[in-house]
Amino acid sequence: MSDGAEMRATPGWVALWPALMLAIFFLVPFGIMLAVSVSHRDPAGAFIPGFELTHYARFLSAFFAKVMAVSVGVSVAAAAICVVLAFPFTVFLASMSHRTQTVALVVLLSVLSLSEVIIGFSLSTLLSKTAGISNLFYWLGLISEPQAYTPSLFALVTGLCYIGFPFAVLVLYPPVSRLDPEIVEAARVMGASASRAFFGVVVPNLRGAIVGAFILVFVFTLGSYLLPQLLGRSEDWTLSVHITDQAIYQTNLPFAAAMSIFLMLVALALVGLASLAGRQRRAA
Amino acid sequence: MKRREFLLSAALGTAALAAPTVLRAAGSTLKVGTYGGYFKDSFDKFIYPDFTAATGIEIESIAEPTGEAWLVQLSQAARAGQAPADVSMMAQLPRIKGERSGLWAKLDADKMGKIAALPDHFVHRYEDGSVYGTGAVSWYVTLVTNTDAYPEAPASWQALWDPANKDKLGLMSLATNSFLLEITASTHFGGTDILKTEEGILKVMEKLAEVKPNVRLWYRDEGQFQQALETGEIPMGEYYHDVTSLAASQGKPVRSTFPQEGAVLDSGSWVVSKASSALEQSQIFIDYMAQPEIQAKMSRNVGTAPTVPRDLTDLTDEEFASVSSDKAPILPLYDIYVDRGDWINQKWSEMITG
Repeated sequence: MSDGAEMRATPGWVALWPALMLAIFFLVPFGIMLAVSVSHRDPAGAFIPGFELTHYARFLSAFFAKVMAVSVGVSVAAAAICVVLAFPFTVFLASMSHRTQTVALVVLLSVLSLSEVIIGFSLSTLLSKTAGISNLFYWLGLISEPQAYTPSLFALVTGLCYIGFPFAVLVLYPPVSRLDPEIVEAARVMGASASRAFFGVVVPNLRGAIVGAFILVFVFTLGSYLLPQLLGRSEDWTLSVHITDQAIYQTNLPFAAAMSIFLMLVALALVGLASLAGRQRRAA
Repeated sequence: MKRREFLLSAALGTAALAAPTVLRAAGSTLKVGTYGGYFKDSFDKFIYPDFTAATGIEIESIAEPTGEAWLVQLSQAARAGQAPADVSMMAQLPRIKGERSGLWAKLDADKMGKIAALPDHFVHRYEDGSVYGTGAVSWYVTLVTNTDAYPEAPASWQALWDPANKDKLGLMSLATNSFLLEITASTHFGGTDILKTEEGILKVMEKLAEVKPNVRLWYRDEGQFQQALETGEIPMGEYYHDVTSLAASQGKPVRSTFPQEGAVLDSGSWVVSKASSALEQSQIFIDYMAQPEIQAKMSRNVGTAPTVPRDLTDLTDEEFASVSSDKAPILPLYDIYVDRGDWINQKWSEMITG
């Protein structure tokens, strides 16, 4: 890598623009949310400005600890599955012709244009007893009668993976396609088997990208509140579902804001841990 | 408020936020808010033109967002002396919350002779006895079944607890729209009185928790359950009588049953913001809407149950049955959700997700 710190092409003040946008569209709303989370709940629907920690205190209970664990668990599972599927997929994709790569990426990107509602309804039909895939299994004689696979944890994680997979591929694709094929060839020449070269050379070289893809899918699925309602059982409802309940149905904005901040803190902590792990190993 | 899909309501919320700036029209125009979507469209089409023809008062129809967002908007606007709508249709919880904060204008009952036809529970009064609102529309939540899966209609809410119905039910996911506490109390505790104490509520929840193995879906989205009911994927549950009757009349294999313990009668009410400067016209409107023939027209065209006693209307047996029933209804205890809302909702969440 070359470094041209003294001769930057971009003047420093350009950074002010994104900084300003970040302040207006991220920091200000976040500040409002912080302020709401410590304000007083007005049962008539609104909230009264003030300072109290009751909403945070309410969150600190075994019940919400369990809900938080469900949220984190579901998102970690979805992120792990996405990365495990997307990584070999991307490596394989990068070895194909340029044209095939373009077509595959466009198809993947088109998935992103589907709304969660459509994905949720489609999957709940696909996994249903009356019209779903189990009828095919039944017809093939694999099962004795059609059955429903939704709502279930399986259906929920499937839905989240459906949404997360394109993101994982998009994060992995640039570094994977830039990976010097000679590294692998060198390993093979030195006598490594194909799988040894893959796990011993390709994977460690791309650890940063893998961690990045994991984090992106994790954070992205953590905020999902429609799929858990459409595809999950009530035990699988994530914290985002409870936040929606409080904000929309109970009109308890202070508590919803406090829960959102907890969720964000936990997400940040996990993201920090993951990227720290990724970096340290790379340095080692 | 319980009758909309969430995404639709979010869109309408934005629309309603934009609405207040256009208002303040002079002359004899009355701004009337109803839930955006089906209700508003039906009122625009079947009710308002005749009202204008009869009274000369133009209606400016306003789409309310669902949930309690409209209450918040009305009360914040009232503080600034503004009324985004003169008359609003409110669900019972926000109606009571508005009553407690004195948001609704007091009405002159002497100028509204036709509201005498309404039963007491549809004439809302402040503690001092002054009237501030009336029942606008009502609808039933009944026990619904897929006729292919259940050739025989269930007779009682007891069916929800029947072990034979394991993993077959779809129930609404909130205490405040499912009214399952009232249903459980009426089915197993001889009436809803037990819900007036916290110990009683806990006892009822404990009984209700027994249905959990039977519940496949706790739904927030009506469309999701209706589709599952029609295909037989989720062959039993609680749902709206009017929508189910409509689906059945279109040949879908579904039926709505008024159980022996009664079906839940929920409703929306007309109230007037205290910031409204069109009190006179509001009273004329509310009075007009209480007439039995208008209630009958709504039953035919909007699908709501009449708020006045049946014998005052000219509804045929068939028309009446498609929206209502002569069986005594289960009346929701709205006050407990206003007084102990957060506590009930917390216990409720723990019960259904535990």
